[in-house]
Amino acid sequence: MTHLAKRLQIGGGWPTSRFMHEPILDICGLEKTYKGGVQALKGVDLTIRRGEIFALLGPNGAGKTTLIGAVCGLVNPTGGTIAAFGEDIRRHWKRARQKIGLVPQELSFDMFDKVIRQVRYSRGMFGLPPDEARIEEVLRSLSLWDKRDAQIRELSGGMKRRVMIAKALSHDPELLFLDEPTAGVDVELRRDMWRQIDALRARGVTIILTTHYIEEAEEMADRVGVINKGQILLVDDKDAIMAKLGRTEAHFMLASPVADVPAVLSSYPLHLEEEGRRLVYRGGDGTGKGKREVAELAQIMAREGIVFTGLDTRDSTLEDIFVDLVEGKLENAA
Amino acid sequence: MTLNLRGAFAIFRNELMRMFRTAFGSILSPVITTSLYLVVFGAAIGGRMELPGGVGYGAFIVPGLLMLTLLTESTSNASFGIYMPKFTGAIYELLSAPVGVAETLIGFVGAAAVKSLILAAVILGTAALIIDYQIAHPLLAFFYILLVSATFSLLGFIIGLWATGFEKLQIIPLLVLMPLTFLGGTFYSIDLLPEPWRTVALFNPVVYLVNGLRWTFLGQSDFPIALSLGATMAFLLACVAVIGWIFNSGWRLRE
Repeated sequence: MTHLAKRLQIGGGWPTSRFMHEPILDICGLEKTYKGGVQALKGVDLTIRRGEIFALLGPNGAGKTTLIGAVCGLVNPTGGTIAAFGEDIRRHWKRARQKIGLVPQELSFDMFDKVIRQVRYSRGMFGLPPDEARIEEVLRSLSLWDKRDAQIRELSGGMKRRVMIAKALSHDPELLFLDEPTAGVDVELRRDMWRQIDALRARGVTIILTTHYIEEAEEMADRVGVINKGQILLVDDKDAIMAKLGRTEAHFMLASPVADVPAVLSSYPLHLEEEGRRLVYRGGDGTGKGKREVAELAQIMAREGIVFTGLDTRDSTLEDIFVDLVEGKLENAA
Repeated sequence: MTLNLRGAFAIFRNELMRMFRTAFGSILSPVITTSLYLVVFGAAIGGRMELPGGVGYGAFIVPGLLMLTLLTESTSNASFGIYMPKFTGAIYELLSAPVGVAETLIGFVGAAAVKSLILAAVILGTAALIIDYQIAHPLLAFFYILLVSATFSLLGFIIGLWATGFEKLQIIPLLVLMPLTFLGGTFYSIDLLPEPWRTVALFNPVVYLVNGLRWTFLGQSDFPIALSLGATMAFLLACVAVIGWIFNSGWRLRE
């Protein structure tokens, strides 16, 4: 379960072990060069597992939307292959698309149409027979039932985004793409959206979401991928990334400045700053090793009579790791 | 590959509903315009004119005016129908759904063509109140109206895909189709034109469309009906081929 699911006590019934390793989407060497020469995707390899929430992080122009577009049929790739549900998406595109849902970043629909009609339209377009009970269920789950006969233009921004999700869910997709689902929405609505996404996962929908918000990935995702300049820099379980790339930083304010790191502490990753007044530790990983070492350091310093007047500690976040990756500071991350 | 008939019908129904939401502008307006032409040229002026073969002038211009409306409305409806999702971004749903060129054409072009048929029925009904006219070959007239509606809805669909702004949507219907239709024998037989204008008129493709419909109404026209039918069908196939190429290549759709 994700952090949010644990907190909200939802999604507990989802069987994880067997299905979570079965690939639902397999992208291999995907390339896209736009007219004019811009290379948006440079040989992307990515496998998505059934039942997971996968967060694709990347700065603006990294290639996130192009990657989604290539899978969903909005963009013609110039190279590589995409297999969804075990089948080549180019050859069996109709079958594949029936099982894929897309919620694009922009609010795009006929603003003058009614909510329920737009949702029915989406379901029909995906080849499914009318099912008023299912439409009602979808609208109720997104708190839109009371607004079913309202024109979409009359709704608030958050509700419009929910209509987009309702349309994408109307054909019961097994794989759902959410492109920046919480872009431009307030904190309360963002948390509400997370709740909706987690509820979807609890029903077995595989979700790929792109986001700028690292917090969103931390809260929601089982696995995280980082893309920049059309290349995947890293894909791993969120906890594994933290363990591999997470760091602890501790600052000991010394009562008296020292010229060198004391010999008794030389086995720890330490250096001096502010003319020997500040002893800085940078080390550990995302498993708590850093915190343990800082505690050991404090004990040794107390024992050896190295007096410090203050201590600041900080663990790196997924955001720190993301920024370091994008700025090229973590060369061997992948 | 299996045809997604439900998908095609969903698009078709959605398009028809969108058109009927704007029925005042899209149906009433062309009916009023055509009725005014019929009153002024057919009933008022035409009442004092005689044409060879004993055909009344009012009855002579009914098929021409109907063709004028069919061409402009079919083209406008279909072009607007596909351009709006492009403009709002809602085209993403069409591109990501299991619908291909066949379902899209059935949906968008079918709806535009059906609306043109409804419009034709309303115009002919209104014309009957103003002008005394007969339809010599009703079944053939129906088929020909259907063929022209579908063909120019296909042309409109291409224009809607090609257009990158609202201005371009209007260029073809207003600056090409309407002048060609006016000069294509809507109000006169091209046999009445002096040379070299008669020869020049033969290069106007709309001449054959107007005369085709006129033949089904009056049983006579400047050209054989087979020529008009053949030319219209050839144009229809050319439009289908262009749309097929657009969907395969992704031009203006998946760029």
